Amino acid sequence: MDAIFDVRNLSVYYGDKIGIKDVSLQIYRNKVTAVIGPSGCGKSTFLRTLNRLVELVDGVRIEGRVLFDGKNIFDRDVDPVELRRRVGMVFQHPNPFPKSIFENVAYGPKIHGIKDREKLQEIVEDSLKKAALWDEVKDRLSESALGLSGGQQQRLCIARAIATNPEVILFDEPTSALDPIASSKIEELMIELKKRYTVIVVTHNIQQAARISDYTAFFWMGELVEYDRTEKIFEYPENELTERYITGRVG
Amino acid sequence: MDRLLKMKERIIVLFLILCAVLTLFVTVSIIAILLGESLLFFSKVSPVEFFTGTRWTPTIKPYSFGVLPLVIGTLMITIGAGLIAIPAGILSAIYLSEYASERTRNVLKPMLEILAGIPTVVYGFFAFAYITPYLKKIFPDMQAYNALSASIVVGIMIIPIVASISEDAIRAVPRSLREAGYALGARKPRVILTIVIPSALSGIVASFILGISRAVGETMAVTIAAGRTPRLANILNPEDWMKSIETMTAAMVEIGMSDVSGQSVAYKSLFAIGLTLFAMTFALNTVSYIVKMRFREVYR
Amino acid sequence: MKTENISDWLFMMLTFLATVFGIVLLSALLVMTFYEAAGWLDIQFLTSPPSRFPEKAGIYPPLLGSIMMIALVGIFSVPVGVGAAIFLEEYGSGKKITKIIEINISNLAAVPSIVYGILGLGLFVSTMHLKPGIVLVGSLTLTLLILPIVIVASQEAIRSVPGGLREASIGLGATKWQTIRNVVLPSSIPGILTGVILALSRAIGETAPLIMIGAATTIFTAPKDIFSPFSALPMQIFMWTDMPKEEFLYGLAPAGIVVLLAIMLSMNAIAIVLRNHYRKKLRW
Repeated sequence: MDAIFDVRNLSVYYGDKIGIKDVSLQIYRNKVTAVIGPSGCGKSTFLRTLNRLVELVDGVRIEGRVLFDGKNIFDRDVDPVELRRRVGMVFQHPNPFPKSIFENVAYGPKIHGIKDREKLQEIVEDSLKKAALWDEVKDRLSESALGLSGGQQQRLCIARAIATNPEVILFDEPTSALDPIASSKIEELMIELKKRYTVIVVTHNIQQAARISDYTAFFWMGELVEYDRTEKIFEYPENELTERYITGRVG
Repeated sequence: MDRLLKMKERIIVLFLILCAVLTLFVTVSIIAILLGESLLFFSKVSPVEFFTGTRWTPTIKPYSFGVLPLVIGTLMITIGAGLIAIPAGILSAIYLSEYASERTRNVLKPMLEILAGIPTVVYGFFAFAYITPYLKKIFPDMQAYNALSASIVVGIMIIPIVASISEDAIRAVPRSLREAGYALGARKPRVILTIVIPSALSGIVASFILGISRAVGETMAVTIAAGRTPRLANILNPEDWMKSIETMTAAMVEIGMSDVSGQSVAYKSLFAIGLTLFAMTFALNTVSYIVKMRFREVYR
Repeated sequence: MKTENISDWLFMMLTFLATVFGIVLLSALLVMTFYEAAGWLDIQFLTSPPSRFPEKAGIYPPLLGSIMMIALVGIFSVPVGVGAAIFLEEYGSGKKITKIIEINISNLAAVPSIVYGILGLGLFVSTMHLKPGIVLVGSLTLTLLILPIVIVASQEAIRSVPGGLREASIGLGATKWQTIRNVVLPSSIPGILTGVILALSRAIGETAPLIMIGAATTIFTAPKDIFSPFSALPMQIFMWTDMPKEEFLYGLAPAGIVVLLAIMLSMNAIAIVLRNHYRKKLRW
């Protein structure tokens, strides 16, 4: 199996506080990897390091290496802009821009140089279809994105991330702000997306992780406790802490 | 004893109500006086002549009461000031909210507010005593009284209005919108220009309008520096900016300081200009309020 | 972000320069002003009346006129402004009339100051038949001008008093007014004072309204009482700027400006010191 991310001894510090400590694991291509753990365990920090978004925080310090497709993303000659084109992100609260649906999805391709109107229309339609939103919005592409429901807005954000043609999509608790029906649509979508992309999902919902992921990483207090195939983590975990978290006795 | 206390309180509350209602009375008085005296004026001078006439000579024969030259004068100063204050204001707002550290902001923001706190007489002095001579070195044709110097100082004066309100609008844009932009690979200037600013647009536009309204009402700086020559200047002609003009407010000051009799038509024209001025600033402030309220962005 | 490129840095520089542009320009202008005022600022200047002869001229009558007028403005504006604020916050909150009054106040705050001059002229001189150009009329006019500022500042000060204090007072059996007088007001006084001083510092720099109500452009005697004609600091500066002789424009006017700015600066400094002092004292 092919590792698209190879994380080696990654540590992230916010000033004196530890975000994550000495994390090493490999993320496999075209699989859904879930990152679970209680609040504050470092799972969001880990996710945001993969697209170097964590660097936006004042006073942050990063040690270790993250190899994306064989190249360390922290190397001096790596352009974070290009990295973020290849590694997209969907956030916890749907955050469409206050622009039209079309403009939201076209934003990414536009800033990466695609100007041709027809090409953009193609990309927008294609992305919205892949995000299972096209049928619902095809007649109102020029309307404001803020008029969509919460679940639709989140699928729009997924389409927006897909539009830059990434290889990896990072999801930071994508359904925690949505109702159960909208959530299950997103979950179906994530499983479908792995055919074309590598999906990494941070979630505090253990059952969700069990439902959709192939691999699961369990974080506790900034450290990676266990990482393995999902069935193994949930049915016979090796670490006692993992077992206690999965069964709800802790965290 | 109790009844006395209650009565005393009732009287006090009555006084408080009167204080609050006084403010309504102030507005009513302003409108009444402006309207009243203007109507007297318009009974002697036709509104058509006033609003469409192109000569303003209230005290020199042959008398002419066309307000257009004054409006053009006001417009020139406003446009000139806007050209300075709007870019400087919005760029300052961007710097203060997106780049400056907390410490820097705490130093620069009060300094910016000082610009608005300097009395306008002092700005008039600056324009006339320092800026005009300096500009004369660059443009030899510059006259002692000119529109450009006055525009510059009025522009500086209103930068804090634009900057402060725009900054509030920019800060109100949620962080997650910026993050989405970065996550898609945009760099900071692009995130600011294509996401943050459009998302804060209603507040920013409101700040422009308020700044302009302030420039329209500006009196002393333009009276001292821009001159008292009412004429139909050509706003698009740079040379006209180097010559003397007169704004609505300066004309009012001129009449107020002159010896004309309080009963004369010339004196009453003061109120007609005042009414026009009041209407303009009131309209601008109302539009600004509407822009802010109606088009207020909802970030979901 | 760790890796910035040149155009990112240039953009940031642009915004920074825009921010300091006005500040730098103003500083330069102020330095020039102080430099030229230096030779003219002395005791003689502060204690003499204006004169046709620059060396003899002084700023005493307008200085006193301004001080007298501002004191009066303070006396008028505090009861009315605070009274209105108390009504709006304590008795009228939520009522429809309050919203109308508040919108009206914010409109008044944006009316050009020269229009207030016209108001003063029409109301106090024409209608109430007070003599034009006297201290009383000037003070009344400027009181109306700064009233919106005083009201809003007082409202904020009153609003910041925690509701729990009011509840405690009512719970002990006090009436509404007793609560206001003994609990709310004492706690809001620092905020109110700060707001009033800042408003007065604005009023002292106003010229246009005073011209409209007929204040003297040049006067040789200080006002004796509130019914005396008077001139004010900014008006004298205005006159000196207009005069033909160079010493007036480049000597006396700057000196007058320095005096005016010094007074304003002191007032602002007092306001800030007061605010900080009471902020420490009244830690809730």
